[in-house]
Amino acid sequence: MTARATVSANPLKPPARVKIPRQHPHEQAAGARATNFDEVSQGFDAQRALVEAARCLECRDPACTRGCPVGIDIRGFIQRLLVKDYAGAAARIREANALPAICGRVCPQESQCEATCTVGRKFAPIAIGLLERFVADWEADQGPIVPPPRPPARAARVAVVGSGPAGLSCAADLARLGYGVTVFEALHAAGGVLRYGIPEFRLPKAILDRELDHVRALGVDIRTNVLVGRTATLDELFVELGCDAVFLATGAGTPTFLGVPGEGLCGVYSANEFLTRVNLMGAASFPARDTPVRLGREVAVIGGGNTALDAVRTARRLGAERALLVYRRSRAEMPARLEEIRHAEEEGVEVLLLTNPVRILGDEGGWVRGLECQRMELGEADESGRRRPVPCAGSEFVLPVQTVIEAIGQRPNPVIQATTPGLAVGRGGVVIVDAAQRTSRAGVFAGGDLARGGATVILAMRDGRRAAAAIHEYLHARAGHSPIPASEVAS
Amino acid sequence: MTFPIREAIPLAPTITRYVVDAPLVARKRQAGHFVIVRVAEGGERIPLTIVEGDAAAGTITLIVQAVGKTTRQMARLRAGDVLADVLGPLGNPTPIAVPGAVACIGGGLGTAELLPIARALRAAGNAVHAVIGARHRDLVILEAEMAACAQSLAITTDDGSRGGKGLVTAPLAELMETQRIDAVYAIGPLPMMRAVAELTRPRRVPTWASLNALMVDGTGMCGGCRVTVGGVMKFACVDGPEFDAHAVDFDELVRRSRMYAREERIADERYRTACASGSVA
Repeated sequence: MTARATVSANPLKPPARVKIPRQHPHEQAAGARATNFDEVSQGFDAQRALVEAARCLECRDPACTRGCPVGIDIRGFIQRLLVKDYAGAAARIREANALPAICGRVCPQESQCEATCTVGRKFAPIAIGLLERFVADWEADQGPIVPPPRPPARAARVAVVGSGPAGLSCAADLARLGYGVTVFEALHAAGGVLRYGIPEFRLPKAILDRELDHVRALGVDIRTNVLVGRTATLDELFVELGCDAVFLATGAGTPTFLGVPGEGLCGVYSANEFLTRVNLMGAASFPARDTPVRLGREVAVIGGGNTALDAVRTARRLGAERALLVYRRSRAEMPARLEEIRHAEEEGVEVLLLTNPVRILGDEGGWVRGLECQRMELGEADESGRRRPVPCAGSEFVLPVQTVIEAIGQRPNPVIQATTPGLAVGRGGVVIVDAAQRTSRAGVFAGGDLARGGATVILAMRDGRRAAAAIHEYLHARAGHSPIPASEVAS
Repeated sequence: MTFPIREAIPLAPTITRYVVDAPLVARKRQAGHFVIVRVAEGGERIPLTIVEGDAAAGTITLIVQAVGKTTRQMARLRAGDVLADVLGPLGNPTPIAVPGAVACIGGGLGTAELLPIARALRAAGNAVHAVIGARHRDLVILEAEMAACAQSLAITTDDGSRGGKGLVTAPLAELMETQRIDAVYAIGPLPMMRAVAELTRPRRVPTWASLNALMVDGTGMCGGCRVTVGGVMKFACVDGPEFDAHAVDFDELVRRSRMYAREERIADERYRTACASGSVA
């Protein structure tokens, strides 16, 4: 990272800056938001954003950027923000992040950039996520997207399989380098997990649409209704569609079920099905939209990750009088973001910890009538380092619920692995990659949840950026060119 | 990109045959494959079996019966109209048995789904014996096409208005009495496929049923189409759609397929009211 502007536009000396309290955005009241799908946080207005930006110490060696998986020049964009050069701030972010309005909303900043923020050592860290969101939303308010200047076109074509965060970020970087990029998406709408998985109240679909338009404005072609592995195999992308390299980013979309009795009952959903019905298909608007979703008055969601939280909060908004989150470990082990858990509880979600589902009970018509659980206690640490839950003998009890939603994790969709000879696959069906996202097949790269098995939007985006850099290097070398100048290599 | 309809030809009251431009699908489709169709924006995703494919013309053939909102909406489309989305080919191709004598049993619209399989079985060198059933003679479809690839063809109707009165199981039982049948392929309403399975089970004739479970994405992502086969959870979309009929838990499948009966009725009534009032183009 090269040092940029050294003269600060901020008139305050550092001790004065850190005395400014961290700014908070307006949040929709819990009672109101439990009945609508509007965003919880309204984000910063310009005034609050400027106050927050003034807290930044503009460190000579910014630790925040090291905490950012895609390496955004955070100090740089905050400095642009401070002089109200919002367009400049947005451009600075977009150099490293193709989806700023999304990352500003769904990134776990508390464990990334904000965790390494120097101010955060003694005070509340800079609200980097909210500032990123402010800049991206400001940009969106400026009217039609102005396509950035196109670099000279390169002859090579790259196929990106999957239009989720990994695929979009790879496609954007490659397009900026002048490659012809086609993104293939199996569903009828692009965005991957951002479309079907993350609910409107965390990521409005209008925001996603806008970010997709930004990626298209770079020259990226997004083709829906193509399931690679079925509509065309990976090898056909090379041979028949003339691609020179492929980035696989099909995510982890295959739901896992607990394997307890009763999963075939009506009223049992995978979180994927439930969320897809609502987010992708618009089931909350049934019958104005065609796809329905059936939900009981009492709903149990099983799991403790962000998907479980998304499902239980969605259930609450769809009118569940009692929305229960059933998790077999304790609160400390929950993988979900603390903010999401807090939001859920404020909205009336009941969190049942150390509770393990053992059986789903049905009525005579084959519908769910209850979830039998047993109490757990924490024993020794397991291989993940978390204390293993152990059942308490004789502690079984029944939760009276009419809907059970299982959110216990997803695996990669196996279609491409099964139809691509020579593609090395590891435990759980993940595609094996090296540090440059290269797979066992020449010219084939992979990343995101397909290679990780289930992680975050931003880690998927980092993989996409790394893959773009590696693809660039691969195509460059293949074309017999001299090594890529360092200035062209993505960070 | 949309998917233009080249032809829309009525086959029977409520049943229409569509030829749709879907070049990538046409190139790859095999007997047993299906597509997920979204008729229009805001619409649901429904699985439809690919009846025929013409790789050179870039088209696939779909046969659809108007039974609910989405299929009724599709029934109003004509040549020149478009389908919003077509994804496929999905599912696994039908396992085609080693040459022998096979019975192909189609019930109702299932006959359309059966035709490509019967043709593939015939092309593989099997002797194909076909039985097609319908509620009424007007709903008997693809008789000539089935006859063209079958050694024998029996027809039954519920009301006896055409062929034998009763269920497809009667001609099948007769077939199995009079000759060796190596495998049975049954496609139709769940009670029909279950009845066929019960008939062939004691004789240990390998029997395939094509399961049209409720689906959302059709690519293995939602798990809504899960069925229990031999005590193991399978996804009809990616593990099927054909399964060993003797191992399928039909009770569970029947219940799950009715899960949205109420909503299907609401959507259908709403759409019919809209059509009647002229507010649908």
